[in-house]
Amino acid sequence: MHLDHSHEGASAVSADARRPDGSRRALRIGLGGPVGSGKTATVAALCQALRDELSLAVVTNDIYTREDAEFLLREAVLPPERITAVETGACPHTAIRDDISANLEAVEDLEDEVGPLDLILVESGGDNLTATFSKGLVDAQIFVIDVAGGDDIPRKGGPGVTTADLLVVNKTDLAPYVGSDLARMAADAKAQRAELPVVFQSLRSGTGVADVAGWVRAQHAAWTA
Amino acid sequence: MKAGRITGAASLEDFCRGRLHTAGRVAAALAAAAALGVDPVELDAAADARTPSPALRVAARKLGRQLMRAARATWPSGELDALAREFPKGAHQPVVLGLAARAAGLGAEDAAHCAAYESVSGPASATVRLLSLDPFDATAVLARLAPELDRVADQAVEAAREVVDTGVDALPAASAPLLEISAEVHAAWPVRLFAS
Ligand SMILES: Nc1nc2c(ncn2[C@@H]2O[C@H](COP(=O)(O)OP(=O)(O)O)[C@@H](O)[C@H]2O)c(=O)[nH]1
Ligand SMILES: [Mg+2]
Repeated sequence: MHLDHSHEGASAVSADARRPDGSRRALRIGLGGPVGSGKTATVAALCQALRDELSLAVVTNDIYTREDAEFLLREAVLPPERITAVETGACPHTAIRDDISANLEAVEDLEDEVGPLDLILVESGGDNLTATFSKGLVDAQIFVIDVAGGDDIPRKGGPGVTTADLLVVNKTDLAPYVGSDLARMAADAKAQRAELPVVFQSLRSGTGVADVAGWVRAQHAAWTA
Repeated sequence: MKAGRITGAASLEDFCRGRLHTAGRVAAALAAAAALGVDPVELDAAADARTPSPALRVAARKLGRQLMRAARATWPSGELDALAREFPKGAHQPVVLGLAARAAGLGAEDAAHCAAYESVSGPASATVRLLSLDPFDATAVLARLAPELDRVADQAVEAAREVVDTGVDALPAASAPLLEISAEVHAAWPVRLFAS
């Protein structure tokens, strides 16, 4: 993928592909998107789909609580020691892009403590449409929007919608109730993203869940190739 | 702020002055000593001994770990690598700061100034966020503290030179009990905007 350089010495600096002992680190995938679009629910679904084949861990980012981590714990999608909450204390995008150190510490500590890991999912605290992950933190990113947030979001674009490695348009089950035009959303997304993939998902009905998991599986296969 | 001790620029200045002459003085001396090449492991132990609050010790190590990452990316150095290996979860921030200054080719005076300045700039910017204090007023507070800050930095460098000759016991050990106590109280809050 990228950044395959490494630093001599004690420990990785940021996205170094090798851990201090020389082994390859876990693939890191970020999930970003507006508040309430379904990031935590998507993380839960991914854990359920992949936990039997991959060694997984999750980092959540909340502004000043641990609610997302607590939700994942209640749902028991992973053992508690595989879930770490980072309290960002500021705008969530800062912690995934501008000062990534707290998140880097969380992923490194997870790998030290419960590793070896194949995949770490890093969920951003909900933020606006401009929030993207630093390449120093994650190897690929998923942007999650939902149909209830307005069907003009793909048209409006923004770095999350246009550049994320995967765009998930969630809550398609709600489209009839909120008057969102899925065909229009698909066409707008295509116009913004060209060849980059888009999945329409409903965690209620289960549509698209396997496609998102399949995309993650392919990322992991490419990472370990 | 909740307790009504900081309500505006004047009380912010008092708070900063207190912090500068206690935590700031100790941090500046630690940073200066590290910049002069004093054994950072010994300095780290001395920092622990001068930080009664466990919450502040944890915060200092977290900040040290973050600074270490930035410093190693910017000024790669064998000494930084060695300290990172010794303290994978972080050494005290002023010690890392001093060593980073050394790796960057700076002297003890520069390291002391940075540490002393950080001891007051953090509270000033927190006040801007929490109290909506006019940011120009906050900056003016810092500017007015500059001569005192210079004196603290000079004294810190003197102390650090003494450490080179006589050992870490020559480091200052000034402390502000209320800072330590409120750090412990803050650590127990369920909802926090700041790590410490
Ligand atoms: N109807 C419907 N609700 C969903 C779907 N996905 C998530 N939700 C609900 O949307 C709310 C916010 O989801 P959450 O994952 O916490 O959003 P986050 O803020 O992006 O992490 C929760 O009440 C979820 O149960 C979906 O596909 N359909
Ligand atoms: Mg969430």
